[in-house]
Amino acid sequence: MSSFWSIFISVITLGTILGCFLLLRWCLKNMTGVEEGDDMHHEFDGIVEINNPLPRWWTIMFYVTIVWGVIYLALYPGLGNFAGLLGWKSSNQDVRSLEESRAATQKALENGELVEYDRQMQQAEERFGPIFEAYAKRDVKDLANDPEALKVGQRLFLQNCAQCHGSDARGMRGFPNLTDDDWLYGGSPEQIRTSLLQGRQGAMPGWIDAFGEKGIEEIVAYTLSLSGRKVDPDLAQAGEARFAACAACHGQDGKGNYAMGAPNLTDNTWLYGGSEKAVTETLTHGRNGVMPAWKKILGEDKIHLLTAYVYSLSQDE
Amino acid sequence: MNETSRAHPEYNYKVVRQFAVMTVIWGIVGMTVGVLLAAQLIWPELNFNTPWLTYSRLRPLHTNAVIFAFGGCALFATSYYIVQRTCQTKVFSDKLASFTFWGWQAVIVLAAITLPLGLTSSKEYAELEWPIDILITLVWVAYAINFFGTLVIRKTSHIYVANWFLGAFILTVAVLHIANSMAIPVSFTKSYSLYAGAVDAMMQWWYGHNAVGFFLTAGFLGMMYYFVPKQAGRPVYSYRLSVVHFWALISLYIWAGPHHLHYTALPDWTQSLGMVMSVILFVPSWGGMINGIMTLSGAWHKLRTDPVLRFLIVSLSFYGMSTFEGPMMAIKTVNALSHYTDWTVGHVHSGALGWVAMISIGSIYHLIPVLFAQPRMYSTRLINIHFWLTTIGVVLYIVAMWISGVMQGLMWRAVNTDGTLTYSFIESIEASKPFYFVRFIGGCFVVAGMILMAYNCYRTIRAPKDSLQAEPQPA
Repeated sequence: MSSFWSIFISVITLGTILGCFLLLRWCLKNMTGVEEGDDMHHEFDGIVEINNPLPRWWTIMFYVTIVWGVIYLALYPGLGNFAGLLGWKSSNQDVRSLEESRAATQKALENGELVEYDRQMQQAEERFGPIFEAYAKRDVKDLANDPEALKVGQRLFLQNCAQCHGSDARGMRGFPNLTDDDWLYGGSPEQIRTSLLQGRQGAMPGWIDAFGEKGIEEIVAYTLSLSGRKVDPDLAQAGEARFAACAACHGQDGKGNYAMGAPNLTDNTWLYGGSEKAVTETLTHGRNGVMPAWKKILGEDKIHLLTAYVYSLSQDE
Repeated sequence: MNETSRAHPEYNYKVVRQFAVMTVIWGIVGMTVGVLLAAQLIWPELNFNTPWLTYSRLRPLHTNAVIFAFGGCALFATSYYIVQRTCQTKVFSDKLASFTFWGWQAVIVLAAITLPLGLTSSKEYAELEWPIDILITLVWVAYAINFFGTLVIRKTSHIYVANWFLGAFILTVAVLHIANSMAIPVSFTKSYSLYAGAVDAMMQWWYGHNAVGFFLTAGFLGMMYYFVPKQAGRPVYSYRLSVVHFWALISLYIWAGPHHLHYTALPDWTQSLGMVMSVILFVPSWGGMINGIMTLSGAWHKLRTDPVLRFLIVSLSFYGMSTFEGPMMAIKTVNALSHYTDWTVGHVHSGALGWVAMISIGSIYHLIPVLFAQPRMYSTRLINIHFWLTTIGVVLYIVAMWISGVMQGLMWRAVNTDGTLTYSFIESIEASKPFYFVRFIGGCFVVAGMILMAYNCYRTIRAPKDSLQAEPQPA
């Protein structure tokens, strides 16, 4: 903020408060020329006004709030660029990314600045960090059999993952079910951890330009036949000829590929719906699935525990 | 007192009659939509799988209908009445008065069509798209010319305090509406705000809070300053109090917007200023309540027999409660608990139903017999029933939202020993469900009262001459 605006803000702020104070002082005196308790000698449609003094308790309240307001503005940021005597800040408000935020936090802690958000995050880290550090030292399969650890993992899941995958982790259209042991990117602890840490980008291209409507219809028939659905055999046969393009990711047998996140087409699990209409839409326009990367947000210790929780979900089925 | 019932052929009562009747009709419409929304929060299938009836489209319809259709018509009706009576002159221009009535009704009808269609600028309380915004501006400028024109040609030496508040309301709403609605149209039905990011948010809440401050507070204080002394037949308690609380109120209110944006990307200094001014504002707000309630000193017994006066005085109590609650919620530490919860919804309704609706209802009950040259309302008993329905409805509503809101705030911040949150969001929604039901019942009470009011008004307006006898006034 330029010093012009800083001064402008300070002047109108203090001016407003001072104005209220002077107004109150002025109205405490009897400036009306009429005796107190008498009416004001003017009448509007039968309504007259009495010149009563201001209630004392109300006047005191007005003084108290004004004095409090001035003290607050002296202690905390408010008057333009003036940072306040306490040097308090809610957060590092000018950061634009997690990296900048981390750097600003580091700097504030080194300089002993009073940044509320940093202070609270640091307190939380000191208090709760060791709990997750201890979990991080244990094996995923060990944690997956520890009910206490799973409870904590579930809470993390409900706060961070349930928005897309559902509170029962069964997912919904476009968001995979995590309980069925059918995996896009693999279900080993290492593979789950990688999905969580780095995120995933699932890209199914649209094929309408390459194959046209007729071609899409044929591939849909063949694709559906892979999971044992009844389809027009002629269409499916024609589709099989075109399937080479699909096999690059989904494999010659259509069983998918963890490395590409290409789904298995031979089972009855469908990320974007298994109706003929839904599969046609998928083939025509393609799909984009995004799993965000959580490394920077949650940190590796919490992700370790979440890995164990997600891993545990498909173990008893 | 007899003066009110005497006919004043020189005044333009036609526009007052039109707006007064529409106040009741739009009140029923707007509040019924509110009850439907309250029901949808319990039974979501009540949107009947129709896009036009979804919560997201009806919610702005409800807010626009109750604030601008019901509240707006009440303000137009009473301000045209008050400014003529207290200036002892006919309104400045009958043509402009007629234009404001038909223009305002057109705005309301257009809102009722476009909002369910999903046409919205997405600015809260200013959702209407740019062509309607322009129509609002034209109507408002006509209203301002008419109101201030009437003040200019007044036959009294001074300007009565009610007109200070009404003038401040008209002038400030014009500035707020124009500044906040600035947008670049991309088509006839779509525009984008001229502002971006935190600046847009700040403009939005500068407008939003002053829609509360000037539309729903200053305007209705103007109403209060006429109808309370008139109905009570008592002098206004303190002229000096009205001077200090008027100037302090209008100079402080304009600052309060940032308290809607605590703990956001808004710079710290802006948040502090919004909070400090909101807290100081508490005192001048109460000035209006004191002046209204103390006007009754020496006439308290009238509350026992006059349900209209009871509406007016209870509305002032709700006003006092909301204007204490508001500054408290503007304090950052309290806001950290209350923000985004049902507490805010409860606070708004204690102001909107308890204060705005009740003072309007009381004023309209006072006006209808005068405007239609009847000695009294058709049934005082029905007014009394209406009073109790509204009071019980409002109390049910706000108590339910207080409990639900504080509970949500506490659930959202509850933390386990491992630092994870105790409750997921959906658990807090489930916990609120019983209170949503209580809120729905409260809303039904309020709407039922409004329907009684419509019937009572209809019978009063349609009553044959001399069929209604003035009731003997108890000493």
